[in-house]
Amino acid sequence: MQAILRQARASGLSRPQLARPGVLRAPLLSRTLVTKRYTVEHEAVEYDDATGLGIVCITDHAQSSLGDVVFVELPVVGTEVHKGDQIGAVESVKAASDIYAPVSGTIEEVNEELASQPGLLNKSPEAQGWLCKIKMSEPTEMEKLLTEEAYKDSWA
Amino acid sequence: MAIWRSCSLRTSLALGKTSLHAPFRALATAAPSELKKTGLYDFHVSNGAKMVPFAGYSMPLSYGDVGQVASHNHVRTSAGLFDVGHMVQSMFRGSTATAFLEWLTPSSLSSLSPYSSTLSVLLNERGGIIDDTIITKHAEDAFYVVTNAGRRVRDLAWFAERLAEWNAGDAGAKGPVEMELLEDWGLLALQGPEAAAYLQSLTSYDLKTLTFGKSAFVPIEGLNLHVARGGYTGEDGFEISIPPSQTVQVAELLSKAPVQLTGLGARDSLRLEAGMCLYGNDLDEDTSPVEGGLTWVIGKERKESGTFIGAEGVRQHLKDGPPRRRVGFIVEGAPARQGAKIFDPSTKEPLGTVTSGIPSPTLGKNIAMGYVLSGWHKKGTAVEIEVRGKMRTAAVTPMPFVKPKYWRGA
Repeated sequence: MQAILRQARASGLSRPQLARPGVLRAPLLSRTLVTKRYTVEHEAVEYDDATGLGIVCITDHAQSSLGDVVFVELPVVGTEVHKGDQIGAVESVKAASDIYAPVSGTIEEVNEELASQPGLLNKSPEAQGWLCKIKMSEPTEMEKLLTEEAYKDSWA
Repeated sequence: MAIWRSCSLRTSLALGKTSLHAPFRALATAAPSELKKTGLYDFHVSNGAKMVPFAGYSMPLSYGDVGQVASHNHVRTSAGLFDVGHMVQSMFRGSTATAFLEWLTPSSLSSLSPYSSTLSVLLNERGGIIDDTIITKHAEDAFYVVTNAGRRVRDLAWFAERLAEWNAGDAGAKGPVEMELLEDWGLLALQGPEAAAYLQSLTSYDLKTLTFGKSAFVPIEGLNLHVARGGYTGEDGFEISIPPSQTVQVAELLSKAPVQLTGLGARDSLRLEAGMCLYGNDLDEDTSPVEGGLTWVIGKERKESGTFIGAEGVRQHLKDGPPRRRVGFIVEGAPARQGAKIFDPSTKEPLGTVTSGIPSPTLGKNIAMGYVLSGWHKKGTAVEIEVRGKMRTAAVTPMPFVKPKYWRGA
């Protein structure tokens, strides 16, 4: 009880109506909270708490460094993966780069478009060029990944 | 006869073997101060080059936002200019220079006509390849030799020791050989189907007469430059040697449209499509020229009776056949890169290792070269190559993968 009061007062001092509106309001509107986190391996996961799915992609920085992507190897749907497992690879002429599972779970879907259009990874790495969707077994893993700011600091 | 040069692309290939963060790390490792620069370093930087450590030098990987595939294709369809000034250029002079270089290499240099070049190999006592090299004969007593930047220390020590030995012996008494290192000289490679027309616009010299494998001193804008027809891409082209003080001027002259500056990335994919070796990947001191698919560099009359360093080991491989051979592959599915293991598809016995491999921009197929046990080297032989834990079907394929377009005369 005391804690709540104290918190309420603290919030009052910092004008709660303006502070953190996204966090406070979004659940009320859609019951969905989408968070995006990054890894030092230049991958990103967009987690939707309504579906429990994490969409995995490589970052724009990664694609620009790799150059023209010519081949993408993706995991098999249904595979159970653990955070850190090698689940595929992205190949440019210059290099093959492993894709690691950024979170644990089951591979729910892979982006079949990439088989015929690997260039989507260059054109739209964090949207159309997504790699796979993982049904996350431990959603709290998201908290251990990097925020966008921390990710940028990791290589900038 | 293919005339080509090779240089160690280890750094950029090393990008290929680890996770996504490797490229950035590899680009960031060696501090710039430890690296040597060619005379064109500032020129590259001002042209937007991404500079990377390579064979002890800071060299351009790519320029601006031109991707490797676009850059590669430009050389195949138009023309590209490469700074290869990190390579080691030297002159060997003296009345016994021919005999000296025929002691160091298995090439027939006495029968080579003046102002002609040949690919050759420096061999160790066992017949293993110390380096591959292009030797250009100017006269019986004068040769221009280009060796790899990545082998600079080893080669220069080898030359110094063998020269001392030669000059102290009977041959040297007849006429000593001297080596002059062309330190800091520029070397530019102008490559591609439009290279000749472009260079012709800058000289009165009739380049039609300068056929593949020949060289000449060509007047270009008041300079008289050593121009060799050949290169490391499989395209028609030229390699131009330039005194240090004029390198920037010539680079500026040779890099106007349609010529595009081309970096190490495209250089590697172009040379591999052309089936050419990269020393350190595809050749090393434990590989004989017979294993390396370079038997053709050994002079015909020298196979039987040539007295060159390493002759015994080479002759053994010629006589008994080499235990393994360098071959090309087309690989299904994923590209097989350096280090990928090759297997017998039925017994899963290991057959050898891939030494270079890329998805070919020109062919849209995965090409590779590597070594297999003799008997598995014939065209069309089916093998399996392991990539990321999975076996991929591959077929032994003749090289070059892309047909060369050398200028051999009208």
